Amino acid sequence: MKKLINRPEDVVREELAGIALAHAGRLVVHIDPHWIARADAPVAGKVALVSGGGSGHEPLHGGFVGPGMLDAACPGEVFTSPTPDQMLAATRAVDGGAGSLHIVKNYTGDVMNFEMAADLARDEGLTVEQVVIDDDVAVKDSLYTAGRRGVGATVLAEKICGAAAEQGRPLADVAGLCRTVNEYSRSMGVALTSCTTPMAGKPTFDLPSDEMEVGVGIHGEPGRERRPLAAAREIVEALAEAVVTDLPYGSGDRVLAFVNGMGGTPLMELYIVYGELHRLLHARGITIARNLVGSYVTSLDMAGCSITLLRLDDELTRLWDAPVDTPGLRWGA
Amino acid sequence: MNAAAHANVVTAAGVTAWLRAFAAEVATRRDELTALDAAIGDADHGVNMDRGMKAVAGKLQDFADDEAPATLGPVLKAAGMTLVSTVGGAAGPLYGTLFLEMGKAAADRTTLAAAEWAGVVSAGVAGVQMRGKAEPDDKTMVDALLPAAEALRAAAGSGASLVEALSAAADAAEAGMRATTPLVARKGRASYLGERSAGHQDPGATSSWLLFETAAQTLADPT
Repeated sequence: MKKLINRPEDVVREELAGIALAHAGRLVVHIDPHWIARADAPVAGKVALVSGGGSGHEPLHGGFVGPGMLDAACPGEVFTSPTPDQMLAATRAVDGGAGSLHIVKNYTGDVMNFEMAADLARDEGLTVEQVVIDDDVAVKDSLYTAGRRGVGATVLAEKICGAAAEQGRPLADVAGLCRTVNEYSRSMGVALTSCTTPMAGKPTFDLPSDEMEVGVGIHGEPGRERRPLAAAREIVEALAEAVVTDLPYGSGDRVLAFVNGMGGTPLMELYIVYGELHRLLHARGITIARNLVGSYVTSLDMAGCSITLLRLDDELTRLWDAPVDTPGLRWGA
Repeated sequence: MNAAAHANVVTAAGVTAWLRAFAAEVATRRDELTALDAAIGDADHGVNMDRGMKAVAGKLQDFADDEAPATLGPVLKAAGMTLVSTVGGAAGPLYGTLFLEMGKAAADRTTLAAAEWAGVVSAGVAGVQMRGKAEPDDKTMVDALLPAAEALRAAAGSGASLVEALSAAADAAEAGMRATTPLVARKGRASYLGERSAGHQDPGATSSWLLFETAAQTLADPT
């Protein structure tokens, strides 16, 4: 393992210390319990957006805290859900009197910890709604598993709901929008290499140099199948086919296309993937009205990418275009 | 009936000794639990449980330094809240809920006979099922917990001593844990593997067996 760390057990705490220094004045970082909030929180009368999850997926979620996106994020240990006391403390800190929306990725631990947090927050008289994101089409047989995983659509939901909250929309509307984004989003990823968690010190799974894991999860969970490594065109065809046919997206649809890097893949390759995706969607009569290309939901040092599509309407497009001012996403601000 | 050396009731001192023994056992088997999790999960069960139980042991020390509570509820609830706030993942809410519900059921009692203790354990296991929504044979900790709770109740109901009932529960937990190996996971991260999850012993069922194994060794022998 080669990593720029001091001690494996200190990575989250030291990362948070760095974030606090790098974004002083914009973000407030609280330690024990760990949470990151926008410096001007609570914003009176605004619905508060709180998310969180295991660390190792940066900039998700802490990098998306700021005006136009999240009010607070709760980082867990690496690839481990945060704990209810974190979500409770963050929710208390950012509640502006209009209630809070918790955006939760569909993993067993995340869902249970957020449920416990909501129970505790409601016991204190706070108003909390939760929406679970589950956009990963790689998981089949959802009835016999923990269900589809939450991946790329999380970023889109946080951005779009953040914009709606900033405009003063009530909690029920913001939560409804979050469900809409989830309903019209689909994703799938591919790994070219495994990730290595600092505590384990060795790759999470064995992947020979001439093979790839199609449908991989953002913690290195197995995908649909292992295949011989192929050219970008062939890989994108496989991912796009699975994503497009699942909703399905069809001719005449306008979509947001999100090409996401897993952490160990250069932007150069992500643009090659985007080019292939653009060509494929165009051939199907699907228009890419908006796009996002970059590493936003990472899996530590994993090489690979994921593709997310969101079917847009005018409202979602306007909310996507609205100003956002966070370390990870910034425009119009 | 039972050797005079064994207490025939569960006390706060017994629970404290049990939790300390479980913490020590989890620390010893940390890498083993993590290796089981690496095969079908995300390779953090041993690390997370060790962090949580070390925190529980610290909390128990705080109690010992002050005035140790004589009632069972506060000790169990403190363990539950500590696990909830330190373990994370799925194991945090599940083990946390187990102890919180046991704490609610034990409330302000200072001693519990075997049959009463069986009721407390069953309340905890029901809490785990409520939180995780797992059924038997889903290849989860429930596959060790549920048979153990049932064996405890059956043994206590038929007049067994506390130490005999605890031993029966540990045996049932072990059998339940071993029976998870051929199962296909239907809950948690292992479920993403589908058929590939068969052939591996469930890490959560394994830590649950350790919980009952250490109970059999310590709960009736707190000193």
